[in-house]
Amino acid sequence: MSFDPGVWLAAILTLCIFSFLYKDNPFYKFAEHLSVGVSAGYYLVVLIRQTLIPAFVNPLMAGYWHVVPELPRSFGIFLLIFPVFMGILLFARFSRKWAYVARYPIAMIWGIGSGVVIPLVLQNHVIRQLQATMVPITVQSWADIGNLFIAVGVLTGLVYFFFSKEHKGLFGGTAKVGIWILMIGFGSTFGFTVMARVSLLIGRIIFLMKDWLGIIG
Amino acid sequence: MTFFEKITLIDRRIVFIVIALAVIIPLLLRVDLPIKVTPEVKKVYDIIDELPPGSVIVMPCEYAPDTMAELEPMLFAVLRHCFRKDIKVIGCLFFPTGVKLIEQEFKQIAEEQGAVYGEDYVLLGYRPYPAVVIMSMGQDFRQSFPEDYYGTSLDALPMMKGVKNYDDTELVLTINATSGVDFWLIYGRERYGFRYALGVTAVMAADYYSYLNSGQVEGIIGGLKGAAEYESLIDYGDLATMGMSIQSFVHIVIVLFIIIGNVGYFASRGKQRGRR
Repeated sequence: MSFDPGVWLAAILTLCIFSFLYKDNPFYKFAEHLSVGVSAGYYLVVLIRQTLIPAFVNPLMAGYWHVVPELPRSFGIFLLIFPVFMGILLFARFSRKWAYVARYPIAMIWGIGSGVVIPLVLQNHVIRQLQATMVPITVQSWADIGNLFIAVGVLTGLVYFFFSKEHKGLFGGTAKVGIWILMIGFGSTFGFTVMARVSLLIGRIIFLMKDWLGIIG
Repeated sequence: MTFFEKITLIDRRIVFIVIALAVIIPLLLRVDLPIKVTPEVKKVYDIIDELPPGSVIVMPCEYAPDTMAELEPMLFAVLRHCFRKDIKVIGCLFFPTGVKLIEQEFKQIAEEQGAVYGEDYVLLGYRPYPAVVIMSMGQDFRQSFPEDYYGTSLDALPMMKGVKNYDDTELVLTINATSGVDFWLIYGRERYGFRYALGVTAVMAADYYSYLNSGQVEGIIGGLKGAAEYESLIDYGDLATMGMSIQSFVHIVIVLFIIIGNVGYFASRGKQRGRR
C-alpha cells in the first residue's frame, strides 16, 4: 500500500466520485466542487505564469520588443501592447456606461477569425472531403468495393437529407438505405464511446489497485 | 411480473457491480489477449521508424487528467519509440489543466530512456487560442514561444538551433482529447502542408477516419486500443496492453447485457400483445 499522501488523496477523491454510482451524496458533491474550484484556480495560475509573464511582461521589461525581427522596433512595441489593450477593453462589459467599448475587440476577434477560418474550413471540411468521395468505381479488388461503398453511402445519405421531395417510391427506398448507412455510422461511434468510457474506468481501477493498494505489480 | 419483464428492469447498480468485477478479476488474474495491429497505427509507427536519427517532430499534447487513462499510454509509447530512435521531440502544451501532467510524463519517459532536456526534447509553454499560435509557429516557433516551459530562451537550447518552423520538422503528431485536432488540421496542415498524424481518444477516433481516407491525416492512434497496438509495435507492453485485455472482458459483459435486455424486451412485448 502506498504511503504517498498525494496518492491517498487521489484515491479517496476517486472513491468519492464513484460513490455517485450508488446515489447522489455529500462526498460526491464535495469532490465535484473541489475539482471545479481547483481546475479554475489552476487555469488562472497557468495563464499568468505560462502566458502573461513570458509573452508580455518579460519581453516588455527586457526591452525584447522585436517579436518579428523584420519589422521596425516601434511596430514591435505596438504588436506587444495593442493586443493586451484590446483584451483589457473586454472588461468594459462590467460597466453599463462603457459596455459598448467591449464590442471593438469582439468585432476584431470575429472579423479576423472569420476571414481566416472560412476559406480554410471550406477547403478542409468540404472540398477535400468531396475530393475523397470522387473515387474510381470498378470491381477488381477489395479497395474498389470500399470505393463503391463510399459512393453509395454518400449519395444515399444525401438523399435522406433532401426534404423537398416526399420520401416515397425509388426516392424513399434510396433514403431508407441512407438512414441505414447513418445508423451504421452512429453504431460505430457508440462502440468507440463505450470503449473510451471503459478505458477511463480501467485507468482508475488500475490506479487504485496498483498505485494505492499495491495489489498488482 | 414475468421473468422476461424482470430482466429488463435489472437495477443499474447490479450492472455497475458486474462491470467492476469484469475489470477487477482479469486484472488480478493478469489475462493477456493477443493484439492485432491496424494499418492506421502501423502507419504512424512506420513514419517515425523511417525517420533518420536527429530528425525533429512536433508533438502537441492537449489533454488533462480526465482523459489521461487513454492518452498517457499513447504518449509513453510514442516517446519511447522516438527516444530509442534518437528522434528529437518538441512538445507543445495547449490545454491548461494538463500542463503539469504532460511535463511530468515527458520527464518520466526521458529519465527512463536517458533522454536529455534541450538536446533530445523541448517543451514549449502553454499558450491560449491555439489557432493563432499554430499559425505563428508556421512563421517561427519563437514568435509565440520566445521561451520554453521553464523560461529558457529557445535560442539557448541546443536542439532548437536551426529549427525555425514546421519546415525544419518531419511530422506533427498530436496527442489530443480536444477540438485542437481540427485546429491543427485547418490552421496548420492545410496552410503549411506538414505531415500530420493523430493520437486521439476512442470517442473522437470515429470522426477522423474520413480525414485518413482523404489523405489529410496520415495515421490515427485511436484510444487505449491504438496505444496497445503501438506498445506491441515497439515491443514494450505497458498500461495499454494491460488495459486492453481487461477491455475485451468488459465488452463481452456489455454485449451480454445488451442481448439480455433485448431478449427481455421482445419477449415481454410479445406477451403484452397476447394479453391484449
